[in-house]
Amino acid sequence: MCENHNSNNNCFEYVDSGMPKVALKCIVNGEKIHAMVDPTMTLLNFLRNDLRLFGAKEGCGEGECGACTIIMNGEAVNSCLVLAAEANDADILTVEGLAEGNKISILQEEFIEKDALQCGFCTPGMLMSARALLNRQPNPTIEEVKEALAGNFCRCTGYIPIIDAVMSAAERERKELDK
Amino acid sequence: MGNKYKHIGKPYNRKEAKEKVTGQAVYTHDLGLPGMLYARCLHSPHARAKILSIDTSKAKALPGVKAVIIGEDAPYLVGLYMIDKRVIAYGETRYQGEVIAAVAAIDEETAERAVSLIDVEYEILPAVLTIDESEKGEILVHEDINELDHMKGIFFPQSDSNIASWNRAKKGDVNKGFEEADYIIKNEISLPPVAHAPIETHVSVAQADPYSNKIKLWSSVQSPFATRQMLASALGIPKSDVEIIVPYVGGGFGGKAGLHLELLVVLLSRAARGRPVKLRATREEEFNQLPSRTSMRGRIKTGVKKEGTITAVEVYYDWDSGAYADYAVNVGKTAVYSGVGCYAVDNLELHSRTFYTNKVFSTAYRGFGHLETHWVIERQMDLIAQEIGMDPYELRMKNILKPGSRTISGELMYESSGSPSDCLNAVIKEIGWTGYQSDKERQAQLKSGKVRGKGFASLQKAPAMPSYTSTAAILQMDEDGHVKVMIGAIDMGQGANTVLAQIAAEVLDIPIENVDVEWDVNTSKHPYDWNTVASKCTFMSGNAVKNAAENMLKQMKEIASHALRCHVNQLAHRDGYIYHVHHKHKYIPYEKFSRGYVYENGNGIGGPLISHGVYMADNLTNLTPDTGQGMPALVWTFGAHGVELEVDVETGDINILKVASAFDVGQVINKKLIDGQVLGGILQGIGSAILEGYKFNHEGKLLNPSFTDNKIPTIKDIPKEIVPIYIENPQTNGPFGARGVGEHPMISIPSAIGNALYDALGINFYELPLTPEKVALAIAKNKN
Repeated sequence: MCENHNSNNNCFEYVDSGMPKVALKCIVNGEKIHAMVDPTMTLLNFLRNDLRLFGAKEGCGEGECGACTIIMNGEAVNSCLVLAAEANDADILTVEGLAEGNKISILQEEFIEKDALQCGFCTPGMLMSARALLNRQPNPTIEEVKEALAGNFCRCTGYIPIIDAVMSAAERERKELDK
Repeated sequence: MGNKYKHIGKPYNRKEAKEKVTGQAVYTHDLGLPGMLYARCLHSPHARAKILSIDTSKAKALPGVKAVIIGEDAPYLVGLYMIDKRVIAYGETRYQGEVIAAVAAIDEETAERAVSLIDVEYEILPAVLTIDESEKGEILVHEDINELDHMKGIFFPQSDSNIASWNRAKKGDVNKGFEEADYIIKNEISLPPVAHAPIETHVSVAQADPYSNKIKLWSSVQSPFATRQMLASALGIPKSDVEIIVPYVGGGFGGKAGLHLELLVVLLSRAARGRPVKLRATREEEFNQLPSRTSMRGRIKTGVKKEGTITAVEVYYDWDSGAYADYAVNVGKTAVYSGVGCYAVDNLELHSRTFYTNKVFSTAYRGFGHLETHWVIERQMDLIAQEIGMDPYELRMKNILKPGSRTISGELMYESSGSPSDCLNAVIKEIGWTGYQSDKERQAQLKSGKVRGKGFASLQKAPAMPSYTSTAAILQMDEDGHVKVMIGAIDMGQGANTVLAQIAAEVLDIPIENVDVEWDVNTSKHPYDWNTVASKCTFMSGNAVKNAAENMLKQMKEIASHALRCHVNQLAHRDGYIYHVHHKHKYIPYEKFSRGYVYENGNGIGGPLISHGVYMADNLTNLTPDTGQGMPALVWTFGAHGVELEVDVETGDINILKVASAFDVGQVINKKLIDGQVLGGILQGIGSAILEGYKFNHEGKLLNPSFTDNKIPTIKDIPKEIVPIYIENPQTNGPFGARGVGEHPMISIPSAIGNALYDALGINFYELPLTPEKVALAIAKNKN
C-alpha cells in the first residue's frame, strides 16, 4: 500500500479530485464489477488503475489516436473520453476479454497471421474497433473496415495488413457460424 | 531462392505477436512500482528568453509533492556529438516547449497542479527562427558555441556562429565540370520538421539509489547502450552503475534513440530520495518538448551535358536543427557521402551545414537525412530532365551507380554492392512508364476535373554510424535443445527478433520454435549493441547471431569428436543432431551437449553450452574533413519507387492509386516482416509527402502540437495498391547475403509523388508537404 493514499492501488496514476466518490456497477469482460470511483476519473484510468487491465493504452488522451478503444454496450468508444461513472450499468469488453477461455479468437489469430501489428501499442484498440464492426456487420466491405478503423492510428504497419486481417477474420467467422 | 534454405526466406509470424494481440505485452507505459511517483514538466512559453527568476515555493508546499527541480539543480550538459543541452533550461530558454522545471508527486494530478503553481519571470528576447536569420549570426542561439565540447574531427562547429557543424565533400574540379556542361540547373527545394509520432509517447521510470550512484531505469528507448553512455557521462558516474531495462517499445522511428526523458527522471528520483519516478510525455510534449525530424533547405546546382551526363554538382544542404544539435549534426553529415543519391558524380562541391535556431530541436528519424536529401536530389533529376528535354528515366540510367563506379566519398561499387538500376527498371516496368504526358494530354484530362500522373525516384542509404560500430550475441542451449539468443538491440516492432531467430535456426538446423530471442533487453545482462538505428540490425546482429550459432556448432562437434571417437572433419549436423558423415548410425542429439556431454560410465566432458558471436563494422574509415573522402558505408541498400496518382483539380487532393517499390535487399529473410517494413514505411513517406509538417508562428511558437492539427496518415490515406518488389543481388558479407531495409521504404516517396504531380499537372513543387491547399493554389495560379 502506498503511504500517501488510503487505497491499495500503489498510487497508480491515481486520480483524486477530492469530490465525493460515486458508485459504479458494470460488467467488464463478463465479470460483475462494483466500485466507488472519483467522478472525474476516466473509464481508461478506471480500467488500468483499478481493474489492472493494461491492454487499453493512452496514446493522446484526447480521443484522436484510438489506442484506448474498448467496446461499451456494443459500441467502440475512446475510453479516455468516457468517465468511469458514465459506464454505470454498461457492458464493457476490453482486449483481455477477446479470447475464449485459453484460446485466442479468430480475429486475434488473423492479426497474427497477416502481421497486422508491429510495435503492438495500437493493437488492442485496433482489435476492439474491428470487433465492434464485425459484431454489427459480419460481412463488411473494405470501405466499411476503413470507416470503422479510421479513428485508430497505427504508425507502423501502413494499415493494409490490418484490413487483410479484418476481412479474413470476417470470412472465417462467417464460416464458423455456418457450421 | 528455391529450397536452398529451411528458414531463411520463410514468412514466419512474428514471435511476440500473441502477447501483443492479447494485451499481455507490457510497455514502459504500463509499468508501476511500489511507492512510485509521477512527474510533470513546466515548459517555456517563449522561443528565446532570459529566465530572471523561478519561484517553486508554492509547488513545494503542495501536499503530495516530493521533488521540484529547476535548471540550477541540474547542472548537466548532454549531447551525443555536440555537448550543448542542459537537461533543464538554465539562465536562458532556447525554444518554446523547453523544460523549465520538473515535479514529482504522488500522482499525475498533484504533479500537474504543482507545475501550475511555479512562477517564472522571463525577459523575452528576440529569437532566431529561420535558417537565413541563423546564418546571419546576429543573435547566437548558443553564445558559448566556441567552448562547447564536441566530437572532434567528425563535426565542425563554426566559431561565433550558429553553425553546429559544417561538413564538406569535394571531388574533382567543380569549376571545370560546370564549364563542360551544356546546361546549368539551379533549384531550391525544402521541407519542414515532422514528428515521429510513435503511438507510445516517450516514457521512463527511474529509481536512483540514494546511498550510491546506482541507477535503475526502465525506458521506452531504442538504443539503451547509447542512453546509458550519455546518462553516465552527464552524471560523471561509471556506466556499470546504470542499468537500463527496455520493456516492449511502442514505436521509435529514431525518436527514441539517445537520451530524452531519462536524465530528468533520474534527477527527480534522486531529489525524491530514491523513490521511483515515472515520467510519461503527453502527446503535446511529444510534438513540442521532444525532438522532431530536422527540416532542411537544399540549394542545388547541377551541370549537365546535352546527352544527360552530369558534369558537376554544387550543393548546400542547410539543416535547421532547432535549439540543440542532438543527432541532427550526424543527420547532416550523411549528406557528405550520400548527398547526390545513387549517381556517379566526378566533380562535386558539397556543403552540409547544421544551423541552430530557437525552435524545438531535432534528431534522428527513419531514413536519417535521406528522405530529406532525396527530396532534393530526385526532384532535381526530374527538373534537369524537363530542362534538357530528356526522359527522366534515361537521365537517371545515364548517371546511375554501377559496378566499377565510385560514390562521392570514393567508395568502389561491386556486383555484390546491390543494383540501383535493377530497382529502377523494376518499378518503371511495374507502373508502365512511357514518358511525361504532353501538355495537350494534360489539358484533355483537366476538363474531367481529375488528372492522373506517374512519377518515380531512386533511393539509397547506408547506415550512418561510427567506423568502429560493433554488436554481439550470446547463445545458450537449454537442456531440451532450445536455444536462447541474447542481443543488445531492440525489437520495437520491426521484427528483428524473429529474423534473428530464423538466422540461428538456419545455422543450427533446428525448428524455429526452438529459438527465442530474449525480450526486455537489460544493459547489465545483455551483450553490447551500439544503437538500434540505421537499418543495421539484420546485417550486424544477423552476422553476430550467425557467428554465435556457428560457434555453438563448432563446440558441439569438438565434444562429439571425443564421444564418437573421430576427427571433427568427419562430423556433420542436421535436424538437431551431430552425426558421423559416413557411419550415420553414430549420432548425438544437441540436447546431450547442453549441460556437457555425459558418457555411459558417468564421465562428463564439455560443460554448459554457451556461445557468443560478435560483429564489428570493418573497413570503414573517418572521412577527410575537407573533402569527405573515405569509407563511411558498411552496406548500401538501393531502391526505387514508382507512383501513379490522381489529383482532384478542384480540391487539390492527391489520391495515390499505386506505389511500386523495389529494394535490392540481397536476400529476403522473412517475406511477411519485410512486407510490413515496406508497407508501413511507404505510408510514413506519404505522411511526410502530403500531410505532415510543423507550423510556427512569428514568435516561434509551434501552432500544431496535436494529432488534431498535425495529422498522421489514417487507414483512409492508404494507396489503392502497393506492389513491393525484392531484388536479391546478395551482399557477400551480409548474413545469408541480406541487407537492411527498415528505413528505405519511406525515402524518396515524397520525390516520387512530387514527380508524379508534375506529370499530372505540369507544375513543379519545391516544398513539402504537398497539401491539398498548396496543390489547389498552384493549379489556380497556373490557370491564370
